[in-house]
Amino acid sequence: MATNHRPVNLLQTPPPGFAVSRPKVGCWGDTEPLFPPPANEVSVGGVATKWRRGRREVTVAGRLIHLRAMSPILTLNDIEVLFGNVPVVASASCVVESGQCLGIQGPNGSGKTTLLRVMATLLKPTSGKGFILDADLATPQVDEVRRRIGLSGHLPALSDHLTLRENLEFVARISDRSQTRVIEVLEMVGLAGAADRFAERCSHGMRKRADLARLFMTEPDLLLLDEPHAGLDSSATPLVAALVHRTIQKGGAAVLVSHDPTTMVDLADQHMTLRTGVLSQ
Amino acid sequence: MTTHAFEIARHDLMVERRAKETLTVVVPFGLAALIALPMAIGVDLPLISRIGPAAYWSTALLFGMQIAWRQSVADTGPNRDLITLLGVSPVSRFWGRTAASAVLLIAFMLLLGVAAILLFSPELPLTPWLLLIILTFGLGLAMISTLAADITSGLSGRAPLASVLVVPLALPLLVGAAQAVESLTRGSGILAWLLMLVAVEIVLAVAGTLAARPLEEAVR
Repeated sequence: MATNHRPVNLLQTPPPGFAVSRPKVGCWGDTEPLFPPPANEVSVGGVATKWRRGRREVTVAGRLIHLRAMSPILTLNDIEVLFGNVPVVASASCVVESGQCLGIQGPNGSGKTTLLRVMATLLKPTSGKGFILDADLATPQVDEVRRRIGLSGHLPALSDHLTLRENLEFVARISDRSQTRVIEVLEMVGLAGAADRFAERCSHGMRKRADLARLFMTEPDLLLLDEPHAGLDSSATPLVAALVHRTIQKGGAAVLVSHDPTTMVDLADQHMTLRTGVLSQ
Repeated sequence: MTTHAFEIARHDLMVERRAKETLTVVVPFGLAALIALPMAIGVDLPLISRIGPAAYWSTALLFGMQIAWRQSVADTGPNRDLITLLGVSPVSRFWGRTAASAVLLIAFMLLLGVAAILLFSPELPLTPWLLLIILTFGLGLAMISTLAADITSGLSGRAPLASVLVVPLALPLLVGAAQAVESLTRGSGILAWLLMLVAVEIVLAVAGTLAARPLEEAVR
């Protein structure tokens, strides 16, 4: 196997298509497997690497390095979803890379929400292949990546009888986030003054803001927003942009769906249209 | 998993504390049903005393399942999705909701028990065994109600369907609890009936744990 004498460069600058993950001596980090699984011994950036225990690794100057493939955050290949015999999504294929934002536009009833639920792993497609954060949609692998997905749907996910603060504290406890983050994110979305108001006594716009606050707190790797601007006033619109930017800046990806393409022009760097269940450029 | 189940239970109890549906709907109607029975019988005190335990268990079953049922109604689509995406496993969710329902059910049954003793004056020795029977019955009914709520979730006719499911499944619990109390009154051994209750609960616990994931997948 061919090698060269540039091991230090590999530590500092990963070869194209790879990222260095947790360089630890003699320790198996929780790096993600290469996608798709490669041949056993290949040269990466001129350095001999081995595929062992589901990961590609290389030893450089006595240090064990795990290499992680920069695979897309989301890959859908000819996804079809039938409700009974009705094809709600007839054919959807797309790839969203790390750092990208995909905007999907379509009229009412075109299958946008259904497609978003497939992306959120909440709905299994009838046919087709899909990978979300490297997990195959058809396998129980999806359980492992759900925590890294953030979804904001038509209706905010809030318990009416709890205050906004209590709703977010519940999410913080479940997702192992600090309770102090709750007030921070409520301030961020302009709801610090309404933190102790019951969700049922909040307007739809305030509830949507609280939903955004939840996503600011959980910082998902894959952000899915369904009609994100609906019900929000003009002062809250920048919050959606801030959330999208924050997600893609830290290497995640975002998918926005809306019937109104103008709301996504500035946010999405890839635009697609969904009509009668068919997703196209 | 335990932490998640605890958090789900805590959340459900917090919602119930605010909504007060058990306190304002189930408890008054349950007590009213219990009071109505001796009034309908009249002044036959020995008969009232004899049928007291039966009235108690029937009321506990019929109104108790409403407690778990009302909780499941509040479990809306977005909230279910949120809990799934927070990485809470269906098994944790089942046990969390069961625990919350069991706490409410047992509190309701204890309150109902005090009312039944005052109204029916049954010749019942107040021993710790009685408390154990109530705890076992409450936990079992909570598991059945949670399972029934999950099975019927998303169906248009879920309210009557859940009741139809719960009552037959709860019959072994009802028989076990009623006979255990009867044995306690007669002064005979209750171990056989308690073992029956525990066996039913083990079956329910295994069924609930195994069915949690398929049921959640089916709802989606």
